[in-house]
Formats: sequence, structure tokens, C-alpha cells
Amino acid sequence: MEVVYALAIGVLTGSGVWLLLRPRTFQVIMGLSLLSYAVNLFIFGMGRLTVGSAPIIDAIKQTDPSLYDDPVPQALVLTAIVIGFATTALFLVVLLASRGLTGTDHVDGEDSEP
Amino acid sequence: MSNWLQHLPIFPVVIPLVAGAAMLLFADARRTERTVIALFATLANLAAAAALVYMASEGMPEVWPGGIAVYLLGGWQAPFGIVLVVDRLAAVMLMLNAVLALTSLVYALARWKRMGPHFQSLFQFLVMGINGAFLTGDLFNLFVFVEVLLAASYGLVLHGLGEPRVKAGLHYIAVNLAGSFVFLIGVSLIYGVSGTLNMADLAARVPALDDGDRILFETGAAILGVAFLLKAGAWPLNFWLSSAYSAAAPPVAAVFSIMTKVGIYALLRLGSLLSDSSAAGAPAPFNDGWLFGIGLATLALGAAGMLSAQQPQRLAAYCVIASSGTLLAALGLGGAGMKSAALFYLVSSVLATGAFFMLSEMIERTERFGENVLAITFESFGLEDPLDPSLPDDVVGTVIPAAMAFLGLSFIACALLVTGLPPLSGFVAKFMILSASLGTAPLETLPISVWMLWAAILGSSLTAVIALGKMGGRLFWSSEDIVTPRLHLIEAAPVAVLLLLSVALAVGAGPAADYLVLAGHSLSSPQTYIEAVLGSALSPPPSTGIEGNWGN
Repeated sequence: MEVVYALAIGVLTGSGVWLLLRPRTFQVIMGLSLLSYAVNLFIFGMGRLTVGSAPIIDAIKQTDPSLYDDPVPQALVLTAIVIGFATTALFLVVLLASRGLTGTDHVDGEDSEP
Repeated sequence: MSNWLQHLPIFPVVIPLVAGAAMLLFADARRTERTVIALFATLANLAAAAALVYMASEGMPEVWPGGIAVYLLGGWQAPFGIVLVVDRLAAVMLMLNAVLALTSLVYALARWKRMGPHFQSLFQFLVMGINGAFLTGDLFNLFVFVEVLLAASYGLVLHGLGEPRVKAGLHYIAVNLAGSFVFLIGVSLIYGVSGTLNMADLAARVPALDDGDRILFETGAAILGVAFLLKAGAWPLNFWLSSAYSAAAPPVAAVFSIMTKVGIYALLRLGSLLSDSSAAGAPAPFNDGWLFGIGLATLALGAAGMLSAQQPQRLAAYCVIASSGTLLAALGLGGAGMKSAALFYLVSSVLATGAFFMLSEMIERTERFGENVLAITFESFGLEDPLDPSLPDDVVGTVIPAAMAFLGLSFIACALLVTGLPPLSGFVAKFMILSASLGTAPLETLPISVWMLWAAILGSSLTAVIALGKMGGRLFWSSEDIVTPRLHLIEAAPVAVLLLLSVALAVGAGPAADYLVLAGHSLSSPQTYIEAVLGSALSPPPSTGIEGNWGN
């Protein structure tokens, strides 16, 4: 499971970085979105991957920590998703404003090619 | 009374938050209400910061023993809950931010607040984010506050719109979004290894890590350091800075001049806490050698940029980069007394660049209308040409006489501050840095890096003299078609206040330096900070009413 998980993060990060470096604003925002997915998965993975264990202490089960998942990364990832989503959405607005003002979707506001 | 004072550390976060939210309830047209709320909140913020500065200097030992206040949010004990920590360093930074916020707000009231929606609310949220970043003692909470200040700054950098702003804002937002992801990776990696997000707890736990975990921790710290350096505007991560700062509305750019210092503050704080985590010192980006090289490169870029700048505001943006470079290089060199000298320079340079940004816009008005960015903004918001004498004057406040004389004198004062020439505080600050660098070793065995720092600081100051002299001559002496601008009292006063504060900082350099020396000492001995945070208990005992319900 760890290998698949790590590969997924790697593929998302790789494509995200590549798209981020492209000259079109649409590619940049796609790259940022993919990067944010990769980062969210990464934060989640930092709480160790476990199957079938809840992050909330159950009254019936014992209080042995190894029976439970780490709740902190799940709380962190929730915050990171909200913040990342909001700021990326804001970027989308700026991107549209830039398209409207400059008439091109190049990140520099002008096309270098003839 | 003392119970009430216990809650003082949360005030710099709560006041701007409540004020910013309250202003959203008023429609954009109800300017008076918004202005009153904004002014009141900013003044209250300044009062709270001043009180914190006093309390952190052990002014009231019965409330805050040792001058360090730990505020437990929600009453949770330190490593489990989020804490806000106020010590001398944090209090000074809060005070600086409050002064800068008040002056830029007053400047913006003259004209700029009307050039886009929700300026006042965004401004308050920016102040809240910056204050929170200085206060927090928790890594993830630091991320959240940095995001709050960035989200507000995304809105503010576009304030006034126009093509140059949107273009620069696009780059600014993209770079900082990517930077935030880097920040998150670093924080989560550190959590995955050490199992804590509390900075003091982290410093206590890191020495116990085994070798395998140690490498992962260093990697996480390095990634986190890259994010801090990006915020600090360090080379080679600062190419977004000059265009974003020079395109932003001047009062916004003035507040932005403390934003780069948030990155420096984070580096300083975490570096100090992690410094005795291993025999080799702090992890890579907080390590002295790295910071020194990066600082020199940043300083060189800032100096070169100053020479190439054509508009005053772009020149001010490069001054921000140069001040970041000086700080990073000075902190990288290390040595006794260097931290307090660097803090003195930080205070002086933030005041100087803040004044310079506001001044630069007033200077640009001396050029003929329609040749600068300002014109685009006026056009897009349908405001009249403010220099057209046939139109009725709708700007509040009194027009000050001898506008050119005021502009010229202020420009000279800014130039003296930036270049570090006597008699203003810029000179005292640079002198303190250079003299502290000599104290690192006996004179015969001084390492080459000290002389490199001397060459870099003196060389960049000379470059700044040339650049500012050239700019001043071109602006004030050469052109025949110079327009005498109409300045209003509430525009001129903030600049004058910031410059007078620099004068005060130079006159009262002794007491100010004493305070900062103690702040520097507490950075060099992080044990006090760690013990204060981890040993903090609730002053009122927690209510026990809920506890019986657990486990049913």
C-alpha cells in the first residue's frame, strides 16, 4: 500500500510541477491543483497508513494508541484542503481578470511568439 | 485586573479580526462608519502592542514572570493545544506592525481606500495575519496565519486593478501558492518524524531523535526553511517581489514591507529554538553558513536592482530586497551582539521602506499626469484627475503648503535611512552590525567572512547612494515640466511620522538597543522560552463539569 501511495504522490507532484512551469495560465492552475492534491495526500500519509482503525477513541475498546489512527494529520489535511481550495479559487479569478485585461492567456500577459 | 491582563496576548489577533468582519456589514458606500471602525481598531491594536512591549520588558512581573507570556488557546496544555507566546522579540515586531498599519491606513484614507471594494476589511485581515504569525508558538498555526496574511495580500496587491497590477499579482499569487505547498510539506514531514507541532516541544524532542529520523527531520526543516526564505524575499526566490511591490498601491506596499520580515522572524525564531538540537547546530537553512551566502547574493541583487530602477516605487521595492539581504547576511555571520544589531536594523529599515513607498507615490505625482500607473487606476474607477485645478477638490483634509520642499526633504531623509548615512537611525543600525561583526573573533584572526560582510554592506550602501542620488536629481532638479503636486495633510503626516520615528530611534538609540539586546539574548538562550511554554499551566483551573461524560 505504501508503494502505491508514494507513487501516486510522486506522479501528482511530477505532473503538477511540470504544468506549473508551462506558459499558459490554465496549465498553471491545473498544476497548482495537482500539487495541492499531492501535498494533501502527503500530509495524510505522515500520520502513518493504517487500515480499519478510527481516529476517535472508542469507549468500548481499550485506550491503547496502537489501535487508533493519528487524528492530527487528518485535522491538518482538512485545514490544508480548505485553505488550498480557497486560494486556488482566488487565483482562478485573477487568471480570468488577466485574460480579460491583456487578451491573452500567457502568464506574462503577452505572447512572445509571433 | 491581572486576570484581564492575562488575555492581552490574544488582542492583536482579535481586534483586527472583529473590526474586519464588522466592516463587511456596512455597504461600500457607508465610508464614514468603515473609516471610524478601521481607525479605532488600528489605534486599539497599537495600544495593545505598546502594552505588550511594556509587559515583555518585565514591567509587571506579577502577571508575566520573566517577561514571557504564554497564552493557552482554549485552555489546552502546551504541547497538545495551540499556544500564543509573547516575548521581547514578538512584542517589538507587533509594535512595528501596529505603527506601520496605522500610518498606511491614514495615508490610504486620503484616496486609495476608494479604488476598490473591501479595502478596509482586507487591510485589517492582513494586520491580523501578520500579528498572528509573530505571536504563534505552533508550526501549523504559523502556516494558517501566514495563509491569512497572504490571502488578504492577494486581494490588496490587486487593489486598484489595472493591467500592471494584475500581471504582477498573477506572478505573486502563483509563487506564493507554490510556496505554501512547500511550507505544508515541511511542516507535515516534521510532524511525521517528531510527532509534535509545538515549536518549543519540537526543540525539546529533536535531540532525542535517532539517526534515521534525524535525516528525515533535517529534510523537513530544510524544506520549511525554503518556504521561509521565499517569504523573506531571499535570492533566488525573490524575482516576484520587485514587480509585485512596485505595482501594488503605495499604502499596501508600505504594509508589505513588514511582510518579508515575517519570513525573517520565522527563520530567527525556529533557528534559535533548534540551535542546540545537535552538536552541528541548527538544520541546514537555519544554519549560519547557508544564510550568510544567501544573504550576500540577495544584497547584491538588491543593490543592482536599485541602480536599474526607473520609478521611485520600484527603487523602494529593491530597498526591501537589500534590507532582507543585509539581515540574512548579518544573521548568517552570527556572533555575540549580532542578533540585537540585526533587530535594530530590522526596525529601522521597515520604518524607512514604509515611508519610502508612500513617499514614492507622492513624488510620482510631480511627473505629468497620464504617464504612470496611477493614471490607469483613476481611469478604471472613474475618478477625476486630482491635479486638474478646474475640478472641485473632493479629497478630505487640508492641502499642505511648500509641497516640493516637503517631498525633497523626505526623500533625502529616506535616502539617508536606506543608505545608512548619519545622522538617522539607518547609520546607527549599520554601524551596530559592522561593529558586532568585529566582535566575532580577535582582530588578527578575523575570518574572511567578516570582511566579505563589510564589503557587501558598504558596497551596497555606496550603490544605494548612487542610485538614490541619480533618482533624486532626475526627479527634483532636471525636468522643466515638473508639476507641483497637491499634498494633503493626512498623506504627508504618515510619512513625516515614520521619518520622525526614525529620528527618535537614532536619538534614543541607547534605550532601544538595550531592549533589543535583551531580545537578542533570549534568542541565544532558547531554554527560557522552551521552559515557559512547556511549563505553562492554566491560571484558572479548568471547569470539571464536562469531564464526567467521557467514557460513558
